[in-house]
Formats: sequence, structure tokens, C-alpha cells
Amino acid sequence: MTIADIIRILNAQIICGEDHLDTELHSACGADMMSDVLAFVKDQSVLLTGLVNPQVVRTADMMDMRCIVFVRGKEPDDMVVDLAKEREIVLLKTPLRMFTACGLLYESGLRGGCEK
Amino acid sequence: MEAIKVHYDVPGDDFTRAGEASGMLKRYLKKIGFAPDVIRKVSIAMYEAEINMVIHAHGGEIDGEITPEKISVTLRDQGPGIPDVDLAMQEGYSTAPDNVRSLGFGAGMGLPNIKKYTDEMKIETVLGKGTTVYFSVNAQ
Ligand SMILES: Nc1ncnc2c1ncn2[C@@H]1O[C@H](COP(=O)(O)OP(=O)(O)OP(=O)(O)O)[C@@H](O)[C@H]1O
Ligand SMILES: [Mg+2]
Repeated sequence: MTIADIIRILNAQIICGEDHLDTELHSACGADMMSDVLAFVKDQSVLLTGLVNPQVVRTADMMDMRCIVFVRGKEPDDMVVDLAKEREIVLLKTPLRMFTACGLLYESGLRGGCEK
Repeated sequence: MEAIKVHYDVPGDDFTRAGEASGMLKRYLKKIGFAPDVIRKVSIAMYEAEINMVIHAHGGEIDGEITPEKISVTLRDQGPGIPDVDLAMQEGYSTAPDNVRSLGFGAGMGLPNIKKYTDEMKIETVLGKGTTVYFSVNAQ
């Protein structure tokens, strides 16, 4: 699955990172607690979250994740967008809620990578 | 080869900047050319410890030592100290207030994560004086 596929599946809008739409994503993680994200390293490449503070971008950066999807139409401020650009992380937003967004991606074949 | 030493000051009053030092060390280790999984382990452990410093201890200082064999990081703060380290090391134990939780921290997973990703970890803490967290990750 590519970032372009995610945009289509989640009816998402791109906030930054237009140049990376064909990046391949292997697995995903949905969380609002950053230490839960950091607890499982399994090459997740996309993070779905309802938070929009800079720590979301830093957490994704530490995990080498390529894409963050803000659910429930949440909009990050300029500082967060600048940080994501600097780290070459694609930011998307979708009006969908967390459960639905994760469910749609799972249905389309994306997996957690976190499962034991 | 002599060890490379790095130093970072972590301001305690600005949550938005917490993690800057970890980001800097991560990019530096990448430039030197360490393996991605080694860099990731160091980055995650340092990020967790740096965030702890900011949310629980008003910031502090970080010293790193880099050799081809291992990367060691020491984080010192002058915060309140940890009353019961064994308890703090348990998954899910957190004293983080609600405002920290609403920012995405306070799951009580930080210290266990540091332990999980590092080859050595030590905590020295004195109540009312501060806490020093040391860890190292083997690079080979
Ligand atoms: N540097 C520190 N100074 C004082 N107390 C600390 C420090 N680091 C950790 N603690 C204490 O240990 C507890 C557990 O820390 P840990 O990092 O595991 O969880 P957390 O920070 O509360 O949540 P999370 O890391 O999941 O966001 C903290 O809630 C806090 O009470
Ligand atoms: Mg913590």
C-alpha cells in the first residue's frame, strides 16, 4: 500500500509531503499514547493518532515512520508541519474517527505489525 | 579510536521542544553510519528518558559517549527523584497528571521501554535532589 492509497481509502487530505505519495507502507499503528507506539518496533510505517502536538512527529521520527494520519479532522499547527517537513514525514488528515480509519486500512490489507 | 562526546541541555519549561536532543543525536548517529536498528534503540530510549526529564523533573542535561562498540547516554536532572524505582519500572505505573496524559504521555511505559531497548540501564535517584538515568546500547 502506498501513501496515495491511504489518501484514497481514508478520504484524506494531504497537509505536507506531496513528493512522497508513492512511498510504500508496510504496517500501521493507531494510538494516542506515544509510549505505546514506542513499545513495539516492527517496521510500522504509518501512525494514526488523534493528537496533533510536536511529540507525535518526534515519536514517528524515532520509529522511522514515514506517514502520520490525524483522525477526526484534527489540524496541526505550523510548528508541527514544519517539523514534519524537516524530518520528511508525510502528514495527512481524515475526517474519520480512529476506529473507522484503522478498520478501513485493515480491510484493505494493511496490518498492525504490533501483534505478538 | 577515542570516544566521541556529545552534550545537550534540556529546557524544562517547554514541552514542545522535548525530544530535540534525541532528534539531534539520532541524526548524528546516522551521519556516522551506525546500523538503523542500533540507532533506533538509542533514539527511543533517549527520547523516553528525555521526555521523562521534562514532564517529571523540569529538564536537565544529557551526556553521550560514542565508540564503534557502544553508545552510552547519561541523563541528569534535579527533579523530585523517584521514591520507588522498582515500582516506577513496572509497565503501566505512572504519576503523570491529566494534562500530560492529554499530550500522549503517562502510559507508564517509558522506563520499561528504555530497559527493553538497551543492553545496560541504571537509575540513581535521591528524593528531593534528582535522578540520573544511564543506559548503553551495543553497536556490534
Ligand atoms: N526523571 C524522573 N524524575 C522523577 N520521576 C520520574 C522520572 N522518570 C520517571 N519518573 C517516575 O516514574 C514513573 C514511570 O515513568 P515512565 O517513563 O515509565 O512512565 P510515564 O513517564 O509516567 O509514562 P510514559 O513514559 O508511558 O509516557 C513516572 O510516572 C514518574 O513518577
Ligand atoms: Mg515516561
